[in-house]
Amino acid sequence: MNKPIRRLSIFALALFGVLLLNVSYIQAFAAEDLREHPFNRRQFAESLNTHRGSIIVGSQEVAYSEPVGGDSDQYQRVYENGQLYAPVVGAFRAGSATGIEAAENSFLDGSHESLAVNNFRDMLTGEEPKGADVTLTINADAQQAAMDGLEALGKNGAAVALDPATGAVLASYSNPTYDPNSVASVTETDQAAQNWTELESAEQQPLLNRGLNQRYPPGSTFKIVTAAAALENGATPESTIDAPETLDLGAPLPNAWGGPCNNGAPDSLAHSIEISCNTSMANWAIQLGGQTMQEQAEAFGFNQGEMEIPITVTESLSPLETDPNILGRSGIGQANIEATPLQMAMVAAGVANDGDVMKPYLVESVQNSNLEEVETAQPEVYTTAISSGTAADLTEMMIGVTAGDEASGPGAQIPGIDVAGKTGTAETASGPTHNWFISFAPADDPQVAVAVVVEHGGGSGGTLAAPIAREIMEAVINE
Amino acid sequence: MTLPTATKRPPAAEAPTALPPVKRRNAELVMTLFAIALTLYAMIEAGLTRNNEMPPSLFLYGGLFGGLAVLAHFFIRFFAPWSDPLLLPLATLLNGLGIAMLWRLGEATGDTSRASAMDQLILTAASMVVFAGIIYFLKEPRTLQRYPYIMAVGAVFLLLLPLTPLGSEINGARQWVNFGFTSLQPSEFAKIALVVFLSGYMVTKRDVLALASRQIKIGPVKVLDLPRMRDTAPMAVMWGFCIIVLVILMNDLGTSLMLFGTFLAMIYVATQRGSWIVIGLTAFFGACAAIYPFVPHFRVRMVTWLDAFRPDVFCTDEAMANPESFCVTSGNSQQLVQGLFALAEGGMTGTGLGGGQPGYVPEVQNDFIFTAFGEELGLAGIMVMLMALALLVERGMRIALASKELFIKMFASGISFLIAFQTFVVIGGVTRVIPMTGATIPFVAKGGSALLSSWIMVALLMRMSNNARKPAPQAIQDEGATQVIQR
Repeated sequence: MNKPIRRLSIFALALFGVLLLNVSYIQAFAAEDLREHPFNRRQFAESLNTHRGSIIVGSQEVAYSEPVGGDSDQYQRVYENGQLYAPVVGAFRAGSATGIEAAENSFLDGSHESLAVNNFRDMLTGEEPKGADVTLTINADAQQAAMDGLEALGKNGAAVALDPATGAVLASYSNPTYDPNSVASVTETDQAAQNWTELESAEQQPLLNRGLNQRYPPGSTFKIVTAAAALENGATPESTIDAPETLDLGAPLPNAWGGPCNNGAPDSLAHSIEISCNTSMANWAIQLGGQTMQEQAEAFGFNQGEMEIPITVTESLSPLETDPNILGRSGIGQANIEATPLQMAMVAAGVANDGDVMKPYLVESVQNSNLEEVETAQPEVYTTAISSGTAADLTEMMIGVTAGDEASGPGAQIPGIDVAGKTGTAETASGPTHNWFISFAPADDPQVAVAVVVEHGGGSGGTLAAPIAREIMEAVINE
Repeated sequence: MTLPTATKRPPAAEAPTALPPVKRRNAELVMTLFAIALTLYAMIEAGLTRNNEMPPSLFLYGGLFGGLAVLAHFFIRFFAPWSDPLLLPLATLLNGLGIAMLWRLGEATGDTSRASAMDQLILTAASMVVFAGIIYFLKEPRTLQRYPYIMAVGAVFLLLLPLTPLGSEINGARQWVNFGFTSLQPSEFAKIALVVFLSGYMVTKRDVLALASRQIKIGPVKVLDLPRMRDTAPMAVMWGFCIIVLVILMNDLGTSLMLFGTFLAMIYVATQRGSWIVIGLTAFFGACAAIYPFVPHFRVRMVTWLDAFRPDVFCTDEAMANPESFCVTSGNSQQLVQGLFALAEGGMTGTGLGGGQPGYVPEVQNDFIFTAFGEELGLAGIMVMLMALALLVERGMRIALASKELFIKMFASGISFLIAFQTFVVIGGVTRVIPMTGATIPFVAKGGSALLSSWIMVALLMRMSNNARKPAPQAIQDEGATQVIQR
């Protein structure tokens, strides 16, 4: 009977062997994947126990962690002016994070490799570990101006302001907003989760950062791109093209006011921009051709994929058009052209910065818990969109938009300062028009470039969006 | 395939399997002390890590648990001096680690409602009393051979007890009997009775089960050596019982698998015929496949196993509607997947006792206590536990080899395999090798019935090893010298 017993004991050993191999696989090879599995709550639960760094705007900590107290090891995230900064800062919740809280998470929670030395030093000196502070490029006054303007209108919309010379994002606001404090409680997690669910399902989409992640037809603001393409390809501001009352592009394309642009005569480029002539600009697009138009749009940043600033920015689209009817409409920012407000701010900023579009960025610097700089923003040229000559011509033309005899956007005028701008009123498939304004100021020494969009405003870019743009620009210039 | 006769070993080759006639009681004492020290060290580590203080009742635990283990050792020294010296230290180590982990899960967190080391310690004490009783009273385990059918009836009675009004259902499996002051899991004891019955039965029926056969041939090639139809009766009864009663009526997949596996192992040991295993496995898995569409709880277990990471298995419908809730409300595979996450968290070396968060795993104090060890002691610690269990099993097999009586051979190998297979069923279920079935890791997991039956099994093995290793009485006659009569 010993032979079968021997075999049985070998089989029993084999059973243990299977268990050993399996736990080795789980704990050694599959461990990493399991730890990062989306079902795994542990990673987030631990993150609630870390003292995150603050997020700073100007000199104010707009997001910081404080101990819950009692016998809890957790920290509560607190947001100052939560509604104002929510579109940028986002929210850090039990479970996940959005906005800068997510994009800069490795700095904020101290796990970034560049913080390793500091963490080690803290460990040696027995100091409580704390994540790094992230300072944003946001200008508090400009952000406030954007919020005030859009909230006063009571419409959905977004405003983005850039420093044309560096690409620093001075304001990025999306209306409606939400209060991150309502979803970040670590003590009343059920209520927080419920609030988040309500925000997610809300019809107004308060969690959507419209400035960076929503694409709209840019309407007439895109005429700057069309004009840039014309100027880059031999035209001058005085070059003329047919500007009739309507243009037959499959369906008739009229002008906003229902008449011709230059009393029926061919209209100059400069005048077409000033009064926002549709027919002439559509003709320019058709004359330049789809290839040229697409190349110019791409030179301003369209079709370049997603961008990390470090929040992920949605790609803006300018497809290659071969049908002249569609090409004509895309020349005035309709048809298949879709742009984020940030993209249109980059167009304005590119013109303002002698043709160079700087890469937008939201993080000015990162300081470790001992207040040493870990990272500082390095402005870099994103694309060179146009020559400086073209930029100068466009600037002159855009000043006409706010200050010319027939200005379409006088609402953006700032007393004593030349403002270069462009209105936009985009037809939408459903509902009233989207109202745009892009601008920069001062025109001779640009400090700020802005794009404002009012969703389904139903008015014109000049009346609805331009005043908001002016408030934002004033807030930056008057500092 | 036939082996050439030249390679067949002569019967004498089995002689070396007899264990050397040494007692090694001092080695046992040292190893037992080491196991006690390890237990106390584990408690200290957990206390310091979690609460920054020594466990306040360390001396109580050290005194009680250590004292009991040392007492058990001295008891063995007197009443079973020739027994295997490894069994007691291994059992002490596993039991002690279990107590330490329960202390860490219960007392150290201030919540003893689900896990309590003190309860476990009291149960350990009771189990050790039974352990001593068996060693003392059951001088010759072969006497059990006299009552195979009583044992069989007893096993069936115990298994069916939960179906009576006395029974209660815990976590969906009807395997408990409530006595008011405590609840027992009779299947834990039924399995031992069943091994006793099978050992006795097989020894008597061994020849007919082994030899009478019908050969199935395809052409001249012998494919399988099938037993006669009428000899398959015990197999049929066993199979019917495991499938119909345990799986369908009681939803006790774990016990069913364990009993049938042990049955197959024992019939193989008795007959040395592979065809029994083929028939048994075919019948068992065939039945499983056949009842799969009709028994919902069985289906649930299979889906939970195969599709553990499918969102609708992991979460409940309610949680599915709200993806941001991270499936806090648990679905069927929640426990399994959280257990895997716990193991992953532990990695190679673990978080250290007290440093992990085993509370993420629902019901971690039961079968899934294994994942708590995995998280806090890491792969290294788990390997130690598995090796300790494997060593226990292999020592048991060695006792079977060293014994001379057929009944004892059957009995020892049956019990050893039971321990091995139970470990495999539980830990395999927890680590997703096989479907989760719900059984307890010998010695380690919380629960009086499991602990008591584990100590009973070790007591039986010790008694058998004592008898196997005891040297034969010295020849009295020595070259015509004066006879010394020795008692």
